[in-house]
Amino acid sequence: MSAKTDNLRVNDFTIKVGNVNGTGSASANALLMKIIFRMGVPVVGKNIFPSNIQGLPTWYEIRVTEKGYRGRSGDVDLMVAMNPESYKRDLEELSPGGILLYDDTWPRPHFLTRTDITVIGVPLARMCNAAFKVARSRILMKNVAYVGAVAALLDLDLDIIHTLLREMFAAKPKLVDLNLQAIALGYDYAKQNFGNVSKLKVEARDLTSDKVMMDGNTTAGLGCVYGGATFGAWYPITPSTSLMDAFVKYCKDLRVNPETGKHKYCITQAEDELAAAGMIIGAAWNGARCFTPTSGPGISLMSEFIGFAYYAEVPMVLFDIQRTGPSTGMPTRTQQCDIQLCAYASHGDTKHILLFPSDPSECFDMAVNALDLAERFQTPVFVLSDIDIGMNDWMIDELTWDDNYLPDRGKVLSSEDLKDMDKFYRYLDTDGDHIPYRTLPGEDPKGAYFTRGSGHNKYGGYTEDGAEYKEVVDRLVSKWASAADKVPAPVISTASKPAQGKVKFAIISIGSCDGAVVEARDKLETEGVYLNYMRVRGFPFSAEVKDFIDAHDQIFVIEQNRDAQLYGLLLGEIDVPREKLIPVLHYSGEPLDYKFVHNALSKELKTRRQVA
Amino acid sequence: MTSFTKPLIRRKNEPTNELGLVRSDYDGAMSTLCAGCGHDGVTASMARAFFELSIEPHRAVKVSGIGCSSKTTAYFLRESHGINTVHGRMPSVATGAIAANHELAYIGVSGDGDSLSIGLGQFVHAMRRNVNMLYMLENNGVYGLTKGQFSAAADMGSTAKKGAVNELPAIDPVALALSLGATFVARGFSGDREQLVPLIKAGLKHKGFGLIDVISPCVSFNDHKGSTKSYEHTYKYYNPAIHADYVPPTAQIKADYNAGDIMPIELHDGGQITLRKLENGYDPRDRAAAVNKLFESSQSDEIITGLLYINEDQKDMHEMARMEDRPLNAIPYEELNPGAAKLKEIQKGFR
Ligand SMILES: Cc1ncc(C[n+]2csc(CCOP(=O)(O)OP(=O)(O)O)c2C)c(N)n1
Ligand code: SF4
Ligand SMILES: [Mg+2]
Repeated sequence: MSAKTDNLRVNDFTIKVGNVNGTGSASANALLMKIIFRMGVPVVGKNIFPSNIQGLPTWYEIRVTEKGYRGRSGDVDLMVAMNPESYKRDLEELSPGGILLYDDTWPRPHFLTRTDITVIGVPLARMCNAAFKVARSRILMKNVAYVGAVAALLDLDLDIIHTLLREMFAAKPKLVDLNLQAIALGYDYAKQNFGNVSKLKVEARDLTSDKVMMDGNTTAGLGCVYGGATFGAWYPITPSTSLMDAFVKYCKDLRVNPETGKHKYCITQAEDELAAAGMIIGAAWNGARCFTPTSGPGISLMSEFIGFAYYAEVPMVLFDIQRTGPSTGMPTRTQQCDIQLCAYASHGDTKHILLFPSDPSECFDMAVNALDLAERFQTPVFVLSDIDIGMNDWMIDELTWDDNYLPDRGKVLSSEDLKDMDKFYRYLDTDGDHIPYRTLPGEDPKGAYFTRGSGHNKYGGYTEDGAEYKEVVDRLVSKWASAADKVPAPVISTASKPAQGKVKFAIISIGSCDGAVVEARDKLETEGVYLNYMRVRGFPFSAEVKDFIDAHDQIFVIEQNRDAQLYGLLLGEIDVPREKLIPVLHYSGEPLDYKFVHNALSKELKTRRQVA
Repeated sequence: MTSFTKPLIRRKNEPTNELGLVRSDYDGAMSTLCAGCGHDGVTASMARAFFELSIEPHRAVKVSGIGCSSKTTAYFLRESHGINTVHGRMPSVATGAIAANHELAYIGVSGDGDSLSIGLGQFVHAMRRNVNMLYMLENNGVYGLTKGQFSAAADMGSTAKKGAVNELPAIDPVALALSLGATFVARGFSGDREQLVPLIKAGLKHKGFGLIDVISPCVSFNDHKGSTKSYEHTYKYYNPAIHADYVPPTAQIKADYNAGDIMPIELHDGGQITLRKLENGYDPRDRAAAVNKLFESSQSDEIITGLLYINEDQKDMHEMARMEDRPLNAIPYEELNPGAAKLKEIQKGFR
């Protein structure tokens, strides 16, 4: 069973850990991923966890990818099976030729039924029970011990492990020793007994020195701080909670006057999402930059207020960290299922500005964009992230900040501005750009106006006159449309060779699909299929989106929901023939992997080419 | 139908306030409510209170929900910003607005339907947060705007215009407010401006959440025999027990009151509320006593009005959130931007 050096798999494989949630596995897995990252090798981490606090199966995938791919591989090359409940499923999922590492304190002969894999048993529980006295540490250290065993199999750098543990437990040096002891247990056992078994190896590189590992909720929260938000209101809901946690943390670090202890921010945990929406409307109406993070169910509750903000023209920034619906659905699983909900949220004719980040880096930038756009256009702006982006640690380029940035506070009249005006009318399009001027309470008696969700004319007066009503809502839709070239432009990537054959195929995708799409497309190129690719980043769609569609014959629209929501939005909002667009849909709740995309496209291409 | 603008008529020798403004400077658009609607009386009292307090109109903010009562924010203080939000959700909008700028005078206007059914959640949570605003609950026992359905404030046994009897217990906003620790709890009557105007002034000057539950009869749907929110019923059982006067900090406070008759209460701004017509021993700073008094009077069918409870010592939302004195909306961006170097430093923790 010894590995030959010539068929080693270096820096290109996937580890998956099956565990029981609430046993400290999250920190063990984070440690494992960080070790590889610190060795200079790119990683992708995906947490596939239950909606539960303790006792249900949970998985963590770490993809080691020297090429720096950002999606899942679709394979499992090393399975660390720590949860007897999911043994069977975990065993089946392991790719041929893979390694299964399990706790053989209790031998499981049925693992040996698969002959195409290597089984490694490490008596983790037995060793930890012997080494540690406290029951809780025995459970926790079992997880650290498997990190040690994996480190031995993959040749991970022990010095880095030591450094990381010292950093992690800087405040509790005792824990460093405890953890080091557990690492050694797993490491030594695996080295002695399976020293040469693994063909999977990590070799140090220098590919991560300008990178960081961050999740999108942290970067979005940080983006709100940098964008100058001073108020946030929210109601806890997975997976958006950690966005507000991050905002709270950075406000505490950066916005508290050290002398007086006074805050330059206010964060309110509302009684529900309706109230959270109302609060940010009140604060924005009164001139504070603000936002609310939520998920699909929260957007549903906020809908009435979203329509109010749209019609009364109040800035509003909403982060929808999408999760699998409908209803409570699978609240810890990912999807892109609120695209249509957000695009047209609320009753009546409403259309909104949407931003679609694809990774934590864009979450940071788009948080700032959203704050600017909401105030510029005086309307709700949604940032549609998802669990995958929001809650997984992604390897991204270090975030940067332009110190010359100034917020776009939009068209707000000061007392000074009002002086020269005869009379101020709130909803008059004086500049011909569809955006009226607003005033803030307290500024000037001349600026006073009455904000209402009821019918109003362009002067701000109440109306039930059809023509007056239409004049305002027609301007609103023009205003919305004029945001098309102000939202982030689509990212268009041209194939390395022009398309072959009569039919020009292409791809449109969105958000967190990007990693898997890029990789599937690379793979297709190696097979002689060349596809241009456009990732949309904003709604309303800019002219480039239509141009891209016009320039191709058949376009795969890849997204993560059942009902082809992006596809529907494209068809509904752009004048393109329906037959051109082909939905490719993934909605199992797990983050998209490139194999799924590759298989789906290969199949479609095959049949469509035969037809063509 | 479009909105009407009220003609601005200035009379000679009209009394002016400290700002040199006359009472009609505190008016708004023409009311479109039914003639005789209690809400119009409340509107007039609010305008008068702002006038008498010499608050610059543009330093006031009006916030409301949806209903006939909530419409009235358009009918006073035309030089103030107003926001007529969605049904039952005024408190959240007020909360956000006050978080952004605590320096203005905030008045919320709502109805019994708006506050006690659809909006009950927001109503109670604004009280819990002790949001610094005066909340006017114009209570007519019905949904006026949707034509007379019972509201949750309808008393048990009260009848609807067409005869249906309400068999559900009423939610008494005053009892609710007392149980939640609201810091200024009063009841008034649209028909008694004498009492209401000073109450509103006191409520505006109180730091923290002030509730005035104003019995405000709906002449179109709830002013008949059998209704317990009619003018007739209210006058019959009306007990203006505690009269509150606001005395500004600058005024000389005369100290000639007899204990048990007049009680002064110091406000955070240096002013004072003096309470008159107190029963011997009744202290409106004693929450338990207020609760007792309320339940005793409701047992004898009496509608007790006036300032029933006040607590000036409670922190308001602004203080609890430890916000700076400067309003959030006045902090320049330079002070909010941590800068590129800091971002670099923060990210060291993510390596
Ligand atoms: C979401 C929603 N549901 C229902 C309504 C209809 N509606 C308008 S006002 C109102 C009741 C208002 O009652 P109240 O607050 O007591 O005001 P009043 O008219 O009695 O002063 C209702 C149910 C609405 N505007 N919005
Ligand atoms: S319906 Fe009732 S509450 Fe509404 S305006 Fe008429 S009298 Fe007033
Ligand atoms: Mg009512």
